[in-house]
Amino acid sequence: MQRPRKNVSKELLAEKAKMIRRETVKLTDICGSGHYGSAFSMAELVAALYYEFMHVDPGDPQWMDRDRFTMGKGHAAIGLFPVLADLGFFSWDELYSYTRLGSPFGDHPDMRKVKGADFSSGSIGHNLSVSVGMALGLRRRKSPARVICLMGDGEQAEGQVWEAAMSAAHFGLGNLLGIVDINKVGSDGDVSETMNNEPLHEKWRAFGWDVERIDGHDPDAVGDALNWGLNADRDKPAIILADTVAGKGVSFMEHRWQWHLGYLGPADRDRALEEIEKGLS
Amino acid sequence: MNTVYDTIRNPAVDMAESTVQTDFDDKSWDMVGSLNLSLQLPTGEALIELVEQGHDDIVVCTADLGRPTQVINFGKRYPDRYFNFGIAERNMIGAAAGLATTGHLPVISNYSFFLALMGAENIRNDIAYPNLKVRMVGTHSGIAMGFYGTSHHCNEDIGLLRAIANLTVMAPCDAMTVRLALKSTLDHDGPIYFRVGRGREAPIYEQPPEWRIGGSHQLRDGKDATIFAIGNLVKASLDAHDILAGEGIGLRVVDAYSIRPIDEAAILSAAKAHGVILSAEEHNITSGFGSAVAEVLASHGVSAKLVRIGMPDQYSLLGPPTHLYKHYGLDGEGVAAKVRDALKAG
Repeated sequence: MQRPRKNVSKELLAEKAKMIRRETVKLTDICGSGHYGSAFSMAELVAALYYEFMHVDPGDPQWMDRDRFTMGKGHAAIGLFPVLADLGFFSWDELYSYTRLGSPFGDHPDMRKVKGADFSSGSIGHNLSVSVGMALGLRRRKSPARVICLMGDGEQAEGQVWEAAMSAAHFGLGNLLGIVDINKVGSDGDVSETMNNEPLHEKWRAFGWDVERIDGHDPDAVGDALNWGLNADRDKPAIILADTVAGKGVSFMEHRWQWHLGYLGPADRDRALEEIEKGLS
Repeated sequence: MNTVYDTIRNPAVDMAESTVQTDFDDKSWDMVGSLNLSLQLPTGEALIELVEQGHDDIVVCTADLGRPTQVINFGKRYPDRYFNFGIAERNMIGAAAGLATTGHLPVISNYSFFLALMGAENIRNDIAYPNLKVRMVGTHSGIAMGFYGTSHHCNEDIGLLRAIANLTVMAPCDAMTVRLALKSTLDHDGPIYFRVGRGREAPIYEQPPEWRIGGSHQLRDGKDATIFAIGNLVKASLDAHDILAGEGIGLRVVDAYSIRPIDEAAILSAAKAHGVILSAEEHNITSGFGSAVAEVLASHGVSAKLVRIGMPDQYSLLGPPTHLYKHYGLDGEGVAAKVRDALKAG
């Protein structure tokens, strides 16, 4: 079923991407440890998804016909939580309990505790499989909803991803959109050195998916690709391979695997926040 | 000479699919013929009945084992409710979790060793952690696969799954209780793992017993000792009861089908009655069902002798299943011998 594209300004999306980065810094400040790099690399993608494309209802988080967003890269949930707070799934005050004893909000999302989190994650490579099940179930229920699974590029090393990829094509899941946030770094360094996964385009195409490769920070490219992936009719799954920059938006973090996980002391935090507000040229 | 085709007729098996024709040797059989013998695995039939009764949420997931685990009949009847993921168990488990979030009750039917051992992490993170209503039927548990070898034996699933929070673990021991297990637990909102055999076990029940999570069912009473048995060992224990009765030894036999949660009251009551307790399972006695029985006795400070019957802490020899059961003392004679020893030492 085709869906109309919502009318959202570029300025608003840019502001929301900034918010994701700003709040990631603030939340990390609470616990003294956070996944900056991955949250920053996905910011434009997540902003466009939630503010321009996804059909969700903060007043009814379990609405059966909502679009689902699952995170293969659950460690980037710190960048998702601010969006859910901003949309009204929960209050900012609740979010600022982040990682404190008994808080619903930890480094990885818990679907039973965080309103708006469509599935728990943290074990890399699981959630495309979960998304396949969601897409099968929604199709059986004749729901117009779409399922979006955001994966990392390091995640492509997990064998289960390719089990899921094969099954999604086999079942003809046109209601399933994969996104790979190709930020090129992981815990141990550059993904290409740790375990090369390219050529991803050819791999996904060979597994039977429609594939687009884009610049994941170019708002026009992101918008067009999500419109292609979510609003068109198709009889097979689609995937967006989004080339991104780890730590995008903060000069000393960009392209650096060292900031996959870390903490900024007060002076560096302020420097990072300043760069995020101004925007790097 | 009777063939597997005409000695037993399993109504769940579509004999038209067999390639063995009348001009074949009487001893020849193919997949279809062998499935005919699995009369104690009525999963597909039970689920068909549930859908017919209006349970619109039921879907079935398997990983290229829909035939040996006897859900292929469900798939033929309801193709839109049947998802075969190929040999990709982890993907299947994750997808079942996803299905459960869309108003479906997924029933996974697969060999226990590929489901519970290979899939342990997926069961934990995708199903048990979010506490999703999923049913898992792990078949061919223990050493039921005999000479197919250690890779196909499953003597560790209870130990693994018993440590996973939110997960209920039960062991129906025959066709009657497989049906009962699936049907009577529909209201339970969390996940359940049903540990079952390969379907060739002896039927135990003629009438459905009471069946509840945390329950057990006493099949025989006896004055000298109680045996809590699961799966195949229920039949072995009943046989032992009869053997020992001839010797004047009274053995209480309890089908301890609810492994987690376990029926604490029944265990404590047995300890009070005669102080000699045996556990019996087709599973490694390390971290198995017997360990759960031991936990109950120890944590209540109850003084009783506990003898754990099961697989020793090593990989099984290869051999035909019935030969293995005899070798490891998991048949009636073997259980009876353990009871005699326990009473002598006691």
